[in-house]
Amino acid sequence: MSLLENKKIIIIGDRDGIPGQAIEECVKTAGGEVVFSSTECFV
Amino acid sequence: MNSVILGSSYIMVFAPDMVIHNGTTQTTERTVNPNSEYLKEIKNHLRTFEQVVGYLPNQTYIGNITPDELSKYEMPWFDKPKDGATREGKFGEIMPQEEFIVLMQICDVFDLVKLEKQFVFDTKAKLMVHPLFDEGLLGRIKEGEEFDTIKKYVDEEHAEPIYNNGELVGCVKRAHDIDLNLSGHVMFENLVSKASNVLALLNLVSKNNINKEEIEYVVECSEEACGDMNQRGGGNFAKACAEVAGFVNATGSDTRGFCAAPTHALIEAAALVKAGVYKKVVVSAGGSTAKLGMNGKDHIKKGFPILEDCIGGFAVLIGENDGVNPEINLDLVGRHTVGTGSSPQAVITSLVSSLDKAGMKITDIDKYSVEMQNPEVTKPAGAGDVPLANYKMIGALAVKRGDIDRKELADFTVKHGMTGWAPTQGHIPSGVPYLGFCREDILSGKIKNAMIVGKGSLFLGRMTNLFDGVSFIIEANKGGQKKTSAISEEQIKNLIANALKDFASNLLSEQE
Repeated sequence: MSLLENKKIIIIGDRDGIPGQAIEECVKTAGGEVVFSSTECFV
Repeated sequence: MNSVILGSSYIMVFAPDMVIHNGTTQTTERTVNPNSEYLKEIKNHLRTFEQVVGYLPNQTYIGNITPDELSKYEMPWFDKPKDGATREGKFGEIMPQEEFIVLMQICDVFDLVKLEKQFVFDTKAKLMVHPLFDEGLLGRIKEGEEFDTIKKYVDEEHAEPIYNNGELVGCVKRAHDIDLNLSGHVMFENLVSKASNVLALLNLVSKNNINKEEIEYVVECSEEACGDMNQRGGGNFAKACAEVAGFVNATGSDTRGFCAAPTHALIEAAALVKAGVYKKVVVSAGGSTAKLGMNGKDHIKKGFPILEDCIGGFAVLIGENDGVNPEINLDLVGRHTVGTGSSPQAVITSLVSSLDKAGMKITDIDKYSVEMQNPEVTKPAGAGDVPLANYKMIGALAVKRGDIDRKELADFTVKHGMTGWAPTQGHIPSGVPYLGFCREDILSGKIKNAMIVGKGSLFLGRMTNLFDGVSFIIEANKGGQKKTSAISEEQIKNLIANALKDFASNLLSEQE
């Protein structure tokens, strides 16, 4: 069973860190369901 | 023949009342939580002009302290003011709010900025001794209005109020009755951007002994939009700023791309000059009031003063290769494309892989200028040290490519990176803050080259989820590239004319 299977995931990525889309790809491969994903700019 | 960087300027405007009244963190709080403790507390955490002038990162921004010198000071910096600091810098200046408010009126050609009479009288006297304000600029200052007139514009006609030391001293009137794009609020933000840009242009000319009549084009690259309901971002800040700065032979246009815009604009300017379209092109931008006090809540929470209390601006002059100044190498431009992808590795790879074209390693670039935000502003807010994060990613890519060993990663960030010093004004800290020092470092032989990286959060505009980034390389002048044509076009024409004349007279004599 994958680490995030049956988990609903909220993703807030960072423009200068890990963007939301990149985290999204990782979450999908780990079996999680992305319910919200965005990338924010903190500067 | 590559274009060169002939000079640059960097300015800041201390704007404490604009932090309270125009920063979006504060205006949002006023809307959703009008009685909040934060709003009550904020005025107790604002710095004085002297504190802002003495602040080490600000002194770095205007050129009085080098990035290397700044990195030797341990943080926090806000309690270690520079002894004997002055508002004048090698690259520019820090202007107090009251002078800037009058500069906004100088930059207003539609009679929208209304200032109170006594305020104008007092402040004009200060500007009269400012070295950059000539009779032309001072002559634009209007006498001013009665306080009641200004209050009426604010209370009854939707004008945006202007405060100084907590007192209403003026307003920006709406430029249209119903068009939101010309509302008092939007006109205020645009006039702030315009005026801070003009201040950067005035400093550019003065600090670099530039003949402003030689400037043929201006590329403005801020993050504001001017226009009306039929063309929201029609423009054109560039020409409007050039007009006030007295660039009589210039036209210009605006380039947008969030924080990446200055790097895009510099590539465009360098290309325009290299192609021979224009000989001298200025890239410039003013700052933003919306971002003032952006991280104010966290600063207060951590016992810091509000550090985002200054509007920023910069200007850079790009010209034809003079055989001396650092060149912009347009053969090595990096770009994040639509198909690049969003993983951090993909992003950094796209920006530094331009080196592959020249067979260069990541370590062959002496300095990388990335997002140069002052970490003292971002760390208390949980956003970390942004320049350092960028250097770590470039270093990690260098490890992946085999350019350095994993153990050398920490050294890489020090040797090829810099401590951030720029105000968090979006486009202002993005790549460009180093250009002034970069030109000096290359001219002195301290470094041989640098990569400027600009990154932009396009997703904030909700038109795409994509991010953007571009990069280019500045390198020491290869020398001897000055256009030294041995014979002029005029001389060639004369030679041909004489040859034809001789030929014709020979023919005639043969016939005779």
